[in-house]
Amino acid sequence: MSVALVVGALLAIGSVVLVAAPFLREPAPTDDRLLSPDAAQQRRLAVAEERDRALAALKELEFDHRTGKVSDDDYRELVGVLRQRAAETLRAGG
Amino acid sequence: MPDLGRAALVTAFLLLVYALVAGSFAAWRGRRRLAASAQNALIAAFGATVVATVVLLVALARHDFSFTYVAEHTSRELPLGYTLTAFWGGQEGSLLLWLLVLCGYSVAAVLTARRVGREVLAWVVPTLGLVGTFFALLLVFVASPFTTQVAPADGAGLNPSLQNPYMAVHPPLLYLGYVGLTVPFAFAIGALLARRTDERWIVQTRRWTLAAWAFLGVGQLLGAHWAYVEIGWGGYFAWDPVENAALMPWLAATAFLHSVMIQEKRGMLKVWNVLLVVLAFDLSLFGTFLTRSGIIQSIHSFTQSSIGPWFLGFICLITAGSLGLIFLRLPLLRAKTRLESLVSREATFLYNNLLLVALALTILWGVVYPLLSEAVTGEAATVSKPYYNFFLHSFGLPLLLLMGIGPLVAWRRASLRALGRTFLWPLSAAAAAGAALLVAGAGSSRVGVIAYTFSVFVLASIVLEFARGTSARRALGGVGWLGAFSSLVARNRRRYGGYVVHAAVVLLAIGVAGSSAYQTVREARLHPGDSMTVAGNRLVFRGFEAKTESNHRAIRANVDVYRGDKYLGRYRPGKNQYFAEDQVSNEVSIRHDLLTGGDLFLIADQVNADGSVDLKALQKPLVNLLWLAGLVFVGGSLIALWPDAREERRLAERYEGAAVRV
Repeated sequence: MSVALVVGALLAIGSVVLVAAPFLREPAPTDDRLLSPDAAQQRRLAVAEERDRALAALKELEFDHRTGKVSDDDYRELVGVLRQRAAETLRAGG
Repeated sequence: MPDLGRAALVTAFLLLVYALVAGSFAAWRGRRRLAASAQNALIAAFGATVVATVVLLVALARHDFSFTYVAEHTSRELPLGYTLTAFWGGQEGSLLLWLLVLCGYSVAAVLTARRVGREVLAWVVPTLGLVGTFFALLLVFVASPFTTQVAPADGAGLNPSLQNPYMAVHPPLLYLGYVGLTVPFAFAIGALLARRTDERWIVQTRRWTLAAWAFLGVGQLLGAHWAYVEIGWGGYFAWDPVENAALMPWLAATAFLHSVMIQEKRGMLKVWNVLLVVLAFDLSLFGTFLTRSGIIQSIHSFTQSSIGPWFLGFICLITAGSLGLIFLRLPLLRAKTRLESLVSREATFLYNNLLLVALALTILWGVVYPLLSEAVTGEAATVSKPYYNFFLHSFGLPLLLLMGIGPLVAWRRASLRALGRTFLWPLSAAAAAGAALLVAGAGSSRVGVIAYTFSVFVLASIVLEFARGTSARRALGGVGWLGAFSSLVARNRRRYGGYVVHAAVVLLAIGVAGSSAYQTVREARLHPGDSMTVAGNRLVFRGFEAKTESNHRAIRANVDVYRGDKYLGRYRPGKNQYFAEDQVSNEVSIRHDLLTGGDLFLIADQVNADGSVDLKALQKPLVNLLWLAGLVFVGGSLIALWPDAREERRLAERYEGAAVRV
């Protein structure tokens, strides 16, 4: 019974300390706001995702062409569009 | 000790309520310290759940029958291993396992959430807290494993079917799968609540989803093998509602793992993907409800209980809340691109998704219909094997075919000329296999021939994918065939790991078709010295032998097996009579033929007083491919899950470049 009491007490105290830790560590912070990305950061994130998507699509097209899944005609038609889009996203990302 | 267990559960419940309430307020009002405090509450809840788990395990190990749960599920003579696995052998213990796994996943997922913004994580914590609160509430107020009684001299024992080594791994693996689906659900809901519908929640949960899906898949296969060797009816999957309950979320998660690639590559299907995540999680809750509520008579449903209405209420809450949130966020989920062609990789993924979801929903209807009919008319309708087989053939065979078509088709669009070139070899191989099967007399089962032909097509397309990819990589120069092959796989682990998983599904399809469409069954009453023949094997019954073990009496029928004049060995099907449980179990005997992949499966259906046995013998061709499929499935999943340093660098660059928290 005594072991159970000790374990129970440790659990309760440990839980309270852990939950209170952020407040104990910073009792009076200068800024308690939960920062989230501003509009500019969100735009940059969207552009970065679009850039990666465009570059991946270009790589995928090259690979599909090399493995014979994309014919030469289709490749010529698609590669220009994808390169242009990749260039645009790279420019937009600065 | 029971007081400590109860106190630990109450502590976990309070901490999870705190994570839910304080976490929601912190996310809503943007309070940093409160959000961190709510996150810490999840960690503390995990600690409290571990304490409760240890208390129950100690009580089981000590045979402390003052715990009602221990008395109801174990006995003094039960071996220690099975005594400990009785932890998840009953309702209360398995709910505790759910909570333990959930808290463990929550802590790991939240602490490793580097790719998702703080504003999303702030909403993920209360979402995880909500699910945890529900299970902790059940454990504290409705189904506590720590209720006590005056200790009886001995316990009731464990269901004999659960006294099997698989009991140690099958339920925990299934739970790792079921519960793991909470992680993508919580991050999807977190992203929607935070109005951040970019790719970060997907990037963050990719491995968690894959791991949960792999656990669920392996857990089901182990369950099938358990049923095969232990239950003693000669099969491995019976469309039992609880087996279906594990299959449905796996199908929904499979659909998600495919469609999420379209979102990553093309920015499409955002609404569909969150719907699939919600569906998979809902189905995992529904699966737990079916298994634990006792609403359905099954070997898995151990007891009637009062948790059913709670589960139904929670499932309704989750479904309504999630759908409402998705509806509110629809403007943020609109895709900027469209499907360019109906003949493209993304289109085949879409078809695969429709078939997978259709299959999951028809299975769901098969499970729910008897319950609804009983509720309305008072009589439960039966939905049996032909219903499920019809839909398995209608949706499963096209799915199998699509597994071969998808890899051969390019992204965006494919011309007829390119299709002709890539399809030539797989189609030729499939046509040759189909013709050979018909010539060999396999036409007795149309479905079997179609399944085998499609399987050859898929395997050929997978081999071709690896061969062409390796060749293309080698053409870039600098490496030999082996180097090109390993570089190919290492550079796109998800794709090539996925192909290995496809190969596992093909093995599964071949095994299922062989062992069901082409199996031979014979039954006979044999007296000592009598014989019967099945699929060219002569079985001679030599008489019974009996043996008394610590917790049961075993009786075995000695059956000598011959093929022609060649003696293949003695096999011993029989029955076990368990003392404490007062139950009898079938103990089957199986002769594996590793060369052909088939099994000779013997069941002593009836042990008669006159010394005769009612023997049932099944010849199951290719059934061992099912278990081989499990190994290949694990291999493919590990390849797909293995960390990719190049991908990690690319993601770090993406999010650092965008100055978003990494």
